[in-house]
Formats: sequence, C-alpha cells, structure tokens
Amino acid sequence: MAPEPRVSQAAVTARSLRKSYRDFVAVDGIEFDIQRGECFGFLGPNGAGKTTTMRMIYRAVPVSGGSLAVLGHEAGRPMADREIKRVVGVVPQEDNLDGELSVRENLEIFCRFYGLSKSEARARSSELLDFVNLSEKANAKVMELSGGMKRRALIARGLAGSPQLLVLDEPTTGLDPQARHNLWERLFALKRKQATLLLTTHYMDEAEQLCDRLVIMDKGKIVAQGKPRELIEREVTRHVVEVWHGEAAAPALPPEMQPLTRRSETLSDRLLLYVDDGEAAIAAAARHWPNLETRLRRSTLEDVFLKITGRKLDE
Amino acid sequence: MRLPRIGESESGMNLPGDINLSMALCVWRRNFTVYKHTWVTNILPNFFEPVLFLVGMGLGLGVYVGRNMQGQDYVAFIAPGLMASAAMNGASFEASWNMYIKMYFSKLYDAYLATPAQMQDIAFGELLWGTTRALIYGAGFLVVLLGFTLAERPILTSWWTLLVPLALALIGAIFSLMGQWYTTLINTIDLYSYYWTLFLTPMFLFSGIFFPVSDIPGGTTVAWFTPLFHGVELVRGLCQGPLELRHLGHTGYMLAVCALLLWAVPRRMRKRMVK
Ligand SMILES: Nc1ncnc2c1ncn2[C@@H]1O[C@H](COP(=O)(O)OP(=O)(O)OP(=O)(O)O)[C@@H](O)[C@H]1O
Ligand SMILES: [Mg+2]
Repeated sequence: MAPEPRVSQAAVTARSLRKSYRDFVAVDGIEFDIQRGECFGFLGPNGAGKTTTMRMIYRAVPVSGGSLAVLGHEAGRPMADREIKRVVGVVPQEDNLDGELSVRENLEIFCRFYGLSKSEARARSSELLDFVNLSEKANAKVMELSGGMKRRALIARGLAGSPQLLVLDEPTTGLDPQARHNLWERLFALKRKQATLLLTTHYMDEAEQLCDRLVIMDKGKIVAQGKPRELIEREVTRHVVEVWHGEAAAPALPPEMQPLTRRSETLSDRLLLYVDDGEAAIAAAARHWPNLETRLRRSTLEDVFLKITGRKLDE
Repeated sequence: MRLPRIGESESGMNLPGDINLSMALCVWRRNFTVYKHTWVTNILPNFFEPVLFLVGMGLGLGVYVGRNMQGQDYVAFIAPGLMASAAMNGASFEASWNMYIKMYFSKLYDAYLATPAQMQDIAFGELLWGTTRALIYGAGFLVVLLGFTLAERPILTSWWTLLVPLALALIGAIFSLMGQWYTTLINTIDLYSYYWTLFLTPMFLFSGIFFPVSDIPGGTTVAWFTPLFHGVELVRGLCQGPLELRHLGHTGYMLAVCALLLWAVPRRMRKRMVK
C-alpha cells in the first residue's frame, strides 16, 4: 500500500478557522500550527472559544470557514473525518461517562468503537484502568465514583483508541493536588511516547509546567501565542514587585521608581509593579515604603493572562 | 501507549448514506449490555402488560362477544394484533424517551461522537436496537400465545407463525424510525405525550386489533395510511391464515415506508446533532 499523502507534518494546522452558531461567532478566524509530539495549550476566559476549537479538531462539529488539517487529513470530507476521529482521543470538559454501565464496561464499549475485538478490549481496559489507578473501581457504577475518579475514568476512556493526538479539555478541573500531579506525570509519560497533547486549562501554573507552546484566546480570537517563558518576557516583565497596603489608600508611585517600572497596576489591597531589574526595584521599594510589606516574585503566566484578557468578568 | 501503524485502520463496512455498520453495532452492543443488567425490571413488566390486555379484554369482554368475531374466539381475534402492538411499543420507547435522554441529558451521543462514530451510525445502531427490543417484546408474547394454543384455546393455527418474528422486526424498524423522526422535531422531552396520545394510542385502538376496521365508517381508508394496521393484518395472516395477495401488499407497504424513512431519518439526525 502506498503511503497516504500528507498535507503537512504538523499534527494540526488551522488557517482562518471560523465557527459560528447561527449569527454568533464563537471562533473568529484563528491560525495555529501544532507540531507532532508537543504539548500545546489553549488558554482563555470562559466563553473564549476553546472547547469549540477542540470540537472542530476532533470533528464533532463542522467548520464554518477557513481550513483545518489534523494529522495529515484535511477536515470536512466524510472519509477524512472518520480517519481523523480514529486517531484522535478526547477527554471532554463535561462528564459524559455512561451512567448505566460500570467503569470497565465504559472502557470496553469505547475500545470496540476503535475496532478492538472483545478480548483486546478487555485487555486494553485493564491496562487503562491500571494507568489511571482505577483498577479497584473497575466494577463500580459511574455514579459511585468521586468527581476526580470520574475525570480519571474519562482520561482512560480518551486513550481507548491508542490515539496519536490526545485532546484534553480542562482535564484537571476538580482534581485534588495529588490527583493533579499524578495526572501531570501520566501526561509526561504519554509525551515521552511521542503522543501529541492538546490541552485547555484555567490553571496557569499547569499550563506553564506542561505546555511547550500555547495560545491565549479571547472572544473567539487568538490574542497571544508562544512558549510560556517567552510569552511572559514579551508580554510582561521578568519580575513583579508587590506592595501590600491593605485597607489604606493605594500609594502613588514615587518619581525615583518610575524609570524602573514598566507598568503598574492598582488592586484593592496591593500595588503591582512590573519591573525588569527586580533587585534594584525591590531595594528602592523597601526604601520608599519602610512600613509596608514589599515582595519580589517572578512573573507568571497568570500575569500575562490577566494583562491580556483583563481582570473584569465580561459575562 | 500502542500507536496504530499507518494503514492499520480498518474502516469496516459502509452502507449507503455513509452509515458504518460496525459503529452501529457498537451502539447496539452498549444497549444490549445495559439490557442484560436490567432485564428483570425491563422484560417482565412489558411481558405482563399485553398479557393483561389479552386476559382482561379477551377472556372478560370475550364472554359478551362470543364467537362473533369472524367466527373466532375474541381472544384469538385480538391476540395477533396485541403482539404487533407490543412490538410497536418496544421500538417506540427506545426511539423516544431513551434516545432523547442520550441526546440531551446524559450526553452519551456527545461521547460517541468523539469516537470514529458519526451521528448517522448512532441513529442506525439505535434503530437496530429498537428492532431487537420489538422482537424481544413480541417474542415474549408469542410464547404466551403458544401456551394458550397448547392449552386448547387455538390462537396460533398456521405454520406461517414461524415467520412472525420477521413481521415483528419490520414493525420494530418502522416504529423505531418514526420515533426517531419525531425525536428530531422536538425541543422538549414533554412533547412525547403528544406522540403517544395523538399518534400511537389512536393507532392502537383503530388499527383492527380489537374490531375490524371496516366496522366504522371510513375506518378502512384511514387505517390504510397507518403502519400498525398493515402490521396487524400481516401478523394475523401469518398466525391464523389464510394468506392472500393483500398480505403481500401489506408487506410491500411496510417495506416501502421503511426504506423511505431509512433514507431520510439518519441524515435528519445528523443535521440535528452535528451543527
Ligand atoms: N452549541 C452551541 N450553540 C450556540 N452557541 C454555542 C454553542 N456552543 C458554544 N457556544 C458559544 O460559543 C462560545 C464559546 O464557547 P466555548 O464552549 O468554546 O468556550 P470555552 O472557551 O470552552 O469556555 P469555558 O472556559 O467556559 O469552557 C460561548 O459564547 C458559547 O455560548
Ligand atoms: Mg470549554
């Protein structure tokens, strides 16, 4: 059999990708390339269009405009869509495990959708239960599981078809810290095996840890993209000085500190100074506000996120 | 994680309308698994209901009717029709409430749509399952009728009875498809009450199960348009004879309706769920 033609070596390529529901535009002309073997993140406030983008990638909703190629298949034609669906695994944001079946049966039924025989499905399900530490709950009904266990079952189910690309839509929401770190370990293990991971999360520390590259979406558009550290250095500064003033009125920025500070932000209980030279800035701040608590920290992705998407709740 | 080799992906068989049979069978298998867990609570009530009708109406009302039903016992007259309606009910339950729940409440179809399955495969799998369930209901009833017959109340008097399961499957398929069609039209689960009270119940009463449709003015004309009438006539013909040319007509009608719906309903389902 001749090797099938590849549209590109990228795992996912999107150009001017659009999705509208009637006259509401949920995804508004986004472009990105996800390389094979990388962990790629989608961040953004509620309603930004992350889930909609994921659903287009795993071919559960049609594309309204632009082009999308997944693992070498141009999305949209029926046969190509089936091929894509076969090699993409999905961990959805919403729990949609089958409540009438046990955990093991859930996995076995799913394995069958990927063409596994009865005995293969059984073996694969045991493997997967082991992988997410749920072997003890194999015969429990879904409703007997805790929230975190359900998420783990969903992750196991997403791996049923041995996917080349795994889409994880907020996989760690609702997990306790142990389970979260546990899952990170599992994701690293998958990455070592060359799986491509596509992740959305609202935890910035998670994105910083796991993602090789990421995009930030807002109102259906991509508003920033890059490697986490690059993004931080480009969008904000290397360091932040926090000046805690508590109940008192926010202090004004003294002239001597202005050259050190690229941008400042006033919150209800503290002043944030985005600075390049952390050492100099914290010394100056301590000198100027001897009675206030001053702190120096590294900038995080959260600072980037809040700068770009704003601090207010839109909806 | 085992990565599939290129070219390994076997696509299974695709029927016309881009329906993948192996995906459909996965949906069927899921329903069968659930059914195996719950058959005690599931089968038994559905077994009792038509039997109660048979005993209550057949033996009770039968005393007054005597042997005036085309020369038959009243029990024998209504039994084949009740069997057809049992198949209708079995399929209709699956295609209405059960399917609506999987579409919008448990989001099970969203889960399936993340696998290689497409919505038309899922609809077709549900149709296969609805037909199976119609067969289970009908077959249970058939066993009861066999009991009556052996106890010297002749109900099954023709060897053509052996073909009754085929007729039940056809009834199951039609009502699965009609139920699914209605399911694509509605926006709230409460609207099934209309489907039942304005469609299925009148059909149950006026399709020749309890009295010949020709007994009421215009009855025959109206009945000709309802699928249950053809099902009742076919099952009665197979159980009790004599089989005539018109039974071919009944079969042909049902096959034609089935084919038409089979062409239309899976794609409607897809339009409804994949937007
Ligand atoms: N089926 C639908 N019909 C109409 N509008 C929809 C549909 N699905 C999503 N939307 C709208 O599209 C927008 C993007 O939704 P989406 O679920 O992609 O957001 P998200 O970025 O995943 O948000 P969250 O972080 O809350 O999960 C929202 O405004 C949502 O209301
Ligand atoms: Mg989402």
